[in-house]
Amino acid sequence: MPEIISPLPGIFYRRPGPGKDPFVEPGQRIEVGQTLGIVEIMKQFTEVQADVSGVVESFAVEEGAMVNPGDVLAVIATEGVQ
Amino acid sequence: MALEIITPGLSTTVQDRGRSGYYNVGIPQCGSMDRYSSEIANALVGNDSGPGTGAAVLECSYVGPTFRVDAVTSIAVAGAPVEVKVNGEPRPQWARLELKPGDEVSFGVIKGGTKFCVAVRGGIDVPMVLGSRSTYVLGAFGGFQGRKLAAGDVLPIGVANGPLPHAAQLPENHIPRFTGPRELRVIMGLYAHRLTERGRALFLESEWTLTPVADRMGLRYDGPGVEWVERKQPFGAGSDPSNIVDAGYAVGSIQIPGGTQPIVLHRDAVSGGGYAMVGTVISADMDLLARSAPGTKTRFTEVTMDTALEARRTEARRLREAIASLG
Repeated sequence: MPEIISPLPGIFYRRPGPGKDPFVEPGQRIEVGQTLGIVEIMKQFTEVQADVSGVVESFAVEEGAMVNPGDVLAVIATEGVQ
Repeated sequence: MALEIITPGLSTTVQDRGRSGYYNVGIPQCGSMDRYSSEIANALVGNDSGPGTGAAVLECSYVGPTFRVDAVTSIAVAGAPVEVKVNGEPRPQWARLELKPGDEVSFGVIKGGTKFCVAVRGGIDVPMVLGSRSTYVLGAFGGFQGRKLAAGDVLPIGVANGPLPHAAQLPENHIPRFTGPRELRVIMGLYAHRLTERGRALFLESEWTLTPVADRMGLRYDGPGVEWVERKQPFGAGSDPSNIVDAGYAVGSIQIPGGTQPIVLHRDAVSGGGYAMVGTVISADMDLLARSAPGTKTRFTEVTMDTALEARRTEARRLREAIASLG
C-alpha cells in the first residue's frame, strides 16, 4: 500500500492548529494534493500532502512526535478505490 | 545568465563567507553554516577561492528548491546527502554538473545532516550589502531582497573568475560525515564559574540530544540540565541563575537558559544578551553543528586555546588539500 513520507525532520501534527479537527481521520478518503498533516521545523509549518488518492488506512506517527526525513507518516489504501 | 526559482524549498538563502566587522553593532556575520561544503562546491565550478567573501551559493535547508537555468553553465551540490536530479535524471553530489539552457534541477529527500549548498559558476550575483552577499533574514537585508527565496525569483549569475579544476568529482575521502554522533570541542568560559562542580560535570560528561529547535541562529540541545552556583543576582541580571548582566556573545558560545537546554549560537545569532555563556564551540567544529540533524547525540569536550588554534589550522589544511585534489 502506498505510504506518505515526511520530506523533512520535525514535529508532526495531524491538525491545522490546537483545538482544531484533524485534517483527515483513518477510514476517510483523500485526493492527490490533500493535506494529511503538518511538520514543524525551524519555526515553519510545512503541510504534507498526499501524492496518491485513496482511503487513509492508518497513521504511522503519533500527534506531536518527532519525525525524520523519509519516515512513513501514513499508509493509504488504494485498492478498489475509483 | 540567470537562475529561476520554480519552488523555493523550505528555506533557501544566498550565502557567501559572511559579513565580518559589524557584530559590535548587532549585525551577525551570517554566511554559509557549513563552510567546508560551500568552499568545495565553489571550487568544483572554478569560482575563485582567494581571500574575500568568496562566491555566493544557495544554502538549502532540509527541503531543496527546484530551479531552471537559462544558459550553459556548471553547478555543484555539496553538503548533506541528497538525491540531485537534472530534468528528473539522478546526478552525483560533490561533482561538477554541466547544464544546458532550460535544464531543471531538483532534489530528493535528504539522508542526513540539515543543509546542502548549490554553487553556480560565476556565483549568485546579488548586490553586496556591508561587504557581503549573505542573507540576514532577521535583519531583512543582504542576499536576494533580504529574504529566503520564493517561487518566481530570478537570481542573476556572475561572470566566471577562475579556471575550472581538472577533476569534476571530489574524491570520496574528502567528503565529510553527515550522520551519527558528534563530539564538539569547547573552550570553557567566560561564565563557566557560574556552574557548580556538579553543573560543570553534567555539561561536559553527559550526552546531549539535538532538538528540532535548530536553525541559522542557534541549536538547542536536550539533556540532564546543569546546576548553577547560588548567588544574590546583581542589579540588571534578572532573577534566574542562568542570567547575567548583559554581555557580548561569541559565535559558537553556549548559553543554558534556565539551566535546562544548552543553546549553541551560530552564524545568524544575536551579538549579546543576558545569559551566562558556559563555553564556546571552537571555530574548527562550527561546521559540525551545521551537519547535525535533530536527534543527533552530542558530547561537549573541553579543550585548551592551543588545541583550538591547532584544530583551526588542521581544518584549513584539510580544505586546502581537498581543493588541491581537484587539480
